Amino acid sequence: MEHRIIDQQLDLLRDKILLLGGATEAAVNRAMQALVERDTELAKRVLDEDKVIDQMELEIDQMSIEILALQQPAAHDLRFVISVAKITPILERIADHASSIAEAAIVLNNEPQIKNYVDFPIMAKTAAEMLRSALDAFTSEDSQLSREVIKRDKEIDSSYKRVFNELLEMMIDNPSSTTGAAHLLFVAKHLERIGDYVKDICELNVYLTEAAFIKHSKHS
Amino acid sequence: MQSKISIKDLDFFYGKEQALFNISLEIPEHEVVAFIGPSGCGKSTFLRTLNRMNDTIPIASVSGQVIIDGKDIYAPGTDVVALRRKVGMVFQKSNPFPKSIFENVAYGIRINGIHSDREDMNRRVEKALRDAALWDEVKDRLTTSAFGLSGGQQQRLCIARALAVQPDVILMDEPASALDPIATQKIEELVVELKKDYTIVIVTHNMQQAARVSDRTAFFMLGKLIEYNPTQKMFTNPDEKLTEDYITGRFG
Repeated sequence: MEHRIIDQQLDLLRDKILLLGGATEAAVNRAMQALVERDTELAKRVLDEDKVIDQMELEIDQMSIEILALQQPAAHDLRFVISVAKITPILERIADHASSIAEAAIVLNNEPQIKNYVDFPIMAKTAAEMLRSALDAFTSEDSQLSREVIKRDKEIDSSYKRVFNELLEMMIDNPSSTTGAAHLLFVAKHLERIGDYVKDICELNVYLTEAAFIKHSKHS
Repeated sequence: MQSKISIKDLDFFYGKEQALFNISLEIPEHEVVAFIGPSGCGKSTFLRTLNRMNDTIPIASVSGQVIIDGKDIYAPGTDVVALRRKVGMVFQKSNPFPKSIFENVAYGIRINGIHSDREDMNRRVEKALRDAALWDEVKDRLTTSAFGLSGGQQQRLCIARALAVQPDVILMDEPASALDPIATQKIEELVVELKKDYTIVIVTHNMQQAARVSDRTAFFMLGKLIEYNPTQKMFTNPDEKLTEDYITGRFG
């Protein structure tokens, strides 16, 4: 295979999105840890580091545009750049959800613990595993793995429903817990949204590998 | 799709050397088909089989069929002059006659006896120049030499000359490769415009040009047709690895 100018840039783009993926994954894990372990300092760190993630997003955007304009990629190269350009804002939004969870943690950590957070670590673990697998599937261009991850979104959805009902009952039974429960409800919603976003990433992985659009189809 | 040209099992030889191998291809009416491939892949040779321009090479020989509007153009008794009127050609280097702008376009009309009178001739010349998007630039200097035009204008004059004899098909062999980006853009816009009335086959080394103007793209290598697909498919997700390697610049 001939060495091409574009290869170096595509490699750099790949490195950058993997760094962004790693930072996003860490943000989600730390935000949940801050909540479950009532660690406000860790929650603040998540909020601080979100600025770095925003910066990474801008760099990837800029680089994707430059490659499109200057190298005019085609075929797999084109699909790669498009996938990166579409996955990047999704990762940034996942990191925003992590920040929102961290903000909720800071509020909740100032209140007495209203609920044993059993369901949350399970939901968070599923979301984190899905995100990691989605990034692995992107790196290895494994569309089979991407399809398996897509199916796991249902696990998060059902956890969310369970948590939602539990928190609702809690608010009815013990109105003084309403503020805390409402914050927890938002956390659950953030995790549920993260699951949806991971699914979007996996759909783009399939586009990258197979040039197939599975979004809005029965396969997704 | 309605095929304007059907090529079936076409082999082409220069003497004993085979230049095209068993090419079969359908070219739909009112579409632009681009031929791409590395130098020497046979794309220009193939283009020239579509109006028998290779007949002028003494050692050339052809087998297989090129069927245009249901008739095999290599069948005995084919009127080659009529064929070339129906299937016009524009070359890489613009080659106007050493005559006035008007005469360049009028020449084909006159020798083919297409016009009825002087007024009809004027009308036909104007139409051809308009269709080639050149009229506004030359209408006040029709009697001046064609050599006074810019490279891009000369190329559009050659297109006007090809259009003047009312062809159905226009073959273009790298029509913009010697032109600057603005003149190139004009030719490309013209190609897209002309497909309403004509079927166009274009050979180009410029991959982006093929992507911009064509509906279908055929990729040739070493005299073989490697892949023929809708252009958007060729440039986003080609079926063949060789095509992918070529369009992404992986081989030299």
